[in-house]
Order: sequence, then C-alpha cells, then structure tokens
Amino acid sequence: MDTTVTTGTEGKTWGGGNQPLGASYGKLMMWFFIVSDALTFSGFLAAYGFSRFKFIDAWPIADEVFTHVPFLHGQELPMIYVAFMTFILIMSSVTMVLAVDAGHNMNQKKVILYMFLTIIGGAIFVGSQAWEWATFIKGDYGAIETKGGNILQFGQYVEVDGQEKFKRVALADFAIAQEGDRVRHERKNGLWFQSEGSLPTYTVNEVIAGFEANPDLQIRTQIINEEGEKTVLSRSESVKQLKANGVGVVEGANLRVNEYGSPLFADFFFFITGFHGFHVFSGVVINIIIFFNVILGTYERRGSYEMVEKVGLYWHFVDLVWVFVFTFFYLV
Amino acid sequence: MAHAHKLEILRGLIKFKSNTQKIWGVLILLSIITAVEVVLGIYKPASLMQPVLGMKILNWIFIILTIVKAYYITWDFMHMRDEKASLRRMVVWTAVFLICYLIFILLQEGGYVFDVYETTFIKRDF
Repeated sequence: MDTTVTTGTEGKTWGGGNQPLGASYGKLMMWFFIVSDALTFSGFLAAYGFSRFKFIDAWPIADEVFTHVPFLHGQELPMIYVAFMTFILIMSSVTMVLAVDAGHNMNQKKVILYMFLTIIGGAIFVGSQAWEWATFIKGDYGAIETKGGNILQFGQYVEVDGQEKFKRVALADFAIAQEGDRVRHERKNGLWFQSEGSLPTYTVNEVIAGFEANPDLQIRTQIINEEGEKTVLSRSESVKQLKANGVGVVEGANLRVNEYGSPLFADFFFFITGFHGFHVFSGVVINIIIFFNVILGTYERRGSYEMVEKVGLYWHFVDLVWVFVFTFFYLV
Repeated sequence: MAHAHKLEILRGLIKFKSNTQKIWGVLILLSIITAVEVVLGIYKPASLMQPVLGMKILNWIFIILTIVKAYYITWDFMHMRDEKASLRRMVVWTAVFLICYLIFILLQEGGYVFDVYETTFIKRDF
C-alpha cells in the first residue's frame, strides 16, 4: 500500500459500493442474460432465414399452413389465431409492467392482482401454442413424398364467385382402400427389438388408384410461380409424376417429413416456437414463485419490489422475442 | 417514488400524466401496429407486392413495424428509457451489431446456395 498514490477519489470511484450504470447487480445480470438469450434466438431465426433463402422458390406459404382457429372447424382463417396469441402476450406484458409500477409504489395488493393476471395470460399463451402444435402435427390434407424428398399436394379447380380457384383435396376424400397385408412392425414379432413408427392411413397405391378414378384432380408442386402461388401441374403431367416419383404418403408433420413442403419448415417451426414456448413456460413458473413471495410479504419486509422488476424484464423479453417470431414465421 | 419516469413517447408528441397512463398508451400503440400487420397480411394489397431491394415492399413494411414494436417494448415496458445511456448502449449496440452481422452472413450464404442449385449442375432433386 506504500506505493499507492493517494488522490482522494479512490474511496469513491474504486472503493466499491457505487453503481456506474445506475442499476443494481441483479438487474444488470438480467440484462446480460437477456442479451445472450437474444443472440440465441437470433441464431435460430437467422438459420431459418438461411434455409428459406436456400429454397426461396419452394418454401411453404405460411398463410396456407396456419389457417385454423379453435371451435371454428373447417373454416380457413389465416393469421387470426396467431394475432390473438400475440395480443394475449402483449396484454400480459402490460399487466406485468403495471405490477412493476405498483411495486414502485409499495402497493402489495395491486402487485398481487397484476402478477396473477400476468400468470393467467402466460398460461393461455402456452395452451394456445400447444393447440397450434397439435394441429400442425396432425395436418389436414395429406400429401405424397417423392423420391427426391419433395412434396406433392392434391386439389382441383372449382368455381368461386365466377373465378377458377384451386381447392385442396384431402387424401381421405379420394383414396380407394385396397386389400393389403402391410401391418405395423412391432417389437414382439419378427426381428427382435426392432419397431417402426405408425404407418400412414393409406398406401401410395391406394392414393394412385383414387387419383386415377377422379379425373378432376391435379397435383400441386412446391415451386412458387411468378404470381406468388404454388405451381399446379396439368392432369397428364400429374399422373405421370405421381406414378414415376411417388414413394410415400405423408400425413401431418414430424421432424423428418411434413405435408406442407420443405422438411426444414417443420423443423424450424418445432425448434423456434418450441424454444420460445419453453421460455414462456419457465417465465410462468418464475412468475408463480415471485407471486407467492409477494403474497407472503417477502418484498414488503425487504422494503423493495425489485425482484418483481427483474422477473418483469424476463417476461417482457419473452414478449419481444414473440414479436419477431410472429413476423418471420407467420407474416413475411 | 424511487424512480423518475420519462413520460413522453414519439419524441414528445404525446405526453402522459402518469406512468400507468403511459403504459396503456403504449399498449394502444402496439395493438394498432399489430392490427395493421394482420390486415396487411390477410389482404396482401397487390400494390405492395413489387420487389424493392430484393424483397417485397410488404415484407419491408412488416420488418419495420416489428422493429418499431420491439423499440416500444424495450423502451417503455423494460424501462430502457429510464436507464443510463451507458447501460442502454451496452445492451442495444452489442445486440444490434452482432445480429445484423449474423443475418448478413447467413442470408448472403443462403442466396448463394440457391444460385448454385439454380444455375449449376448440382441439383437437390436427384
């Protein structure tokens, strides 16, 4: 200590106890976490952009994939349900920031009320996402996978308001059931300890038979034409393609293949919305812990509701990420 | 009150009387932006489908509106407006720089791979 030059300021600046960024340790650490987590999500979304640019002429059109709303079965309502989910999340962000504000005013009752509403909003959002996943995995039209891993979808031209429009037709509406002895292989028979996933409802031959019996049906490929719509093949071309290249029936979506188009589309859907849903879920759990602490009066005794503010930062961040997921998955 | 809140948004165009009032004001703003996005997304006006700088005008509008929403969530809900400039820059500049860098590299590469499939003898569908 002899060599230290005393200037008189070291006690203030270097002696500790001061906050150069005007924020407490806990809040700063939350900000650091948020920055790193933001980079993780950007990594996911940028990788999605990479894959999409790679197959820019054959990427599924989100408006045709996410058209379902609970209780309104069979109606095509693109975007409505996701918009509702977005609104729920923004709303729960608002109740969270109101809870933080009530905390600044040391108003325990109001903090309890707003934290409770936030948790409810989060739960509704996670539930909606689970429903969205279930619908996506189940699928509704079915498709044929080709040798090259492309997807062929079915439909026919119908007249709507005097205009010819291409309407999708589900496999179940035209496939003709045939005698067949292909059954699902289970662990108990044949090769021991070998099993396979559930088989599709129809075989490729059943689909081909049904397709030939219905002369109106045509095949839609993944390629996007100049009008921004998927290319529809002529009837003769459709039959040729189906017979030459069809190798498997696809119903719904999994990590290997999906009926909407590029396999990467479903992969990124599961990873990005899944990772976000996991954040919402853990946010709800943390919110519940803090909620009980508020009820028990922990922060009232501590004299500061900064903990509510910290968990609030995390909660707003989850909302922030959703805003980007919404844009890049459902809008663009 | 321990914190002093800045109660102006849109560069002082709208001033609020209390913090609670500002929160509801920001909610209304965010809801309007989301509604505009959804309406544009459903109707997709033909006039906005021309490509500008490699993307449709509509997509540029969506991205800009998203960044506006992100700004208000960070500034007003996460109280970035009330933090010190040093903290604000530390968080925002770092993230913005790294994210722009990453997006540039990956999208550039994705476009290149597309061109390879499109114009050379290497095909995905073999």
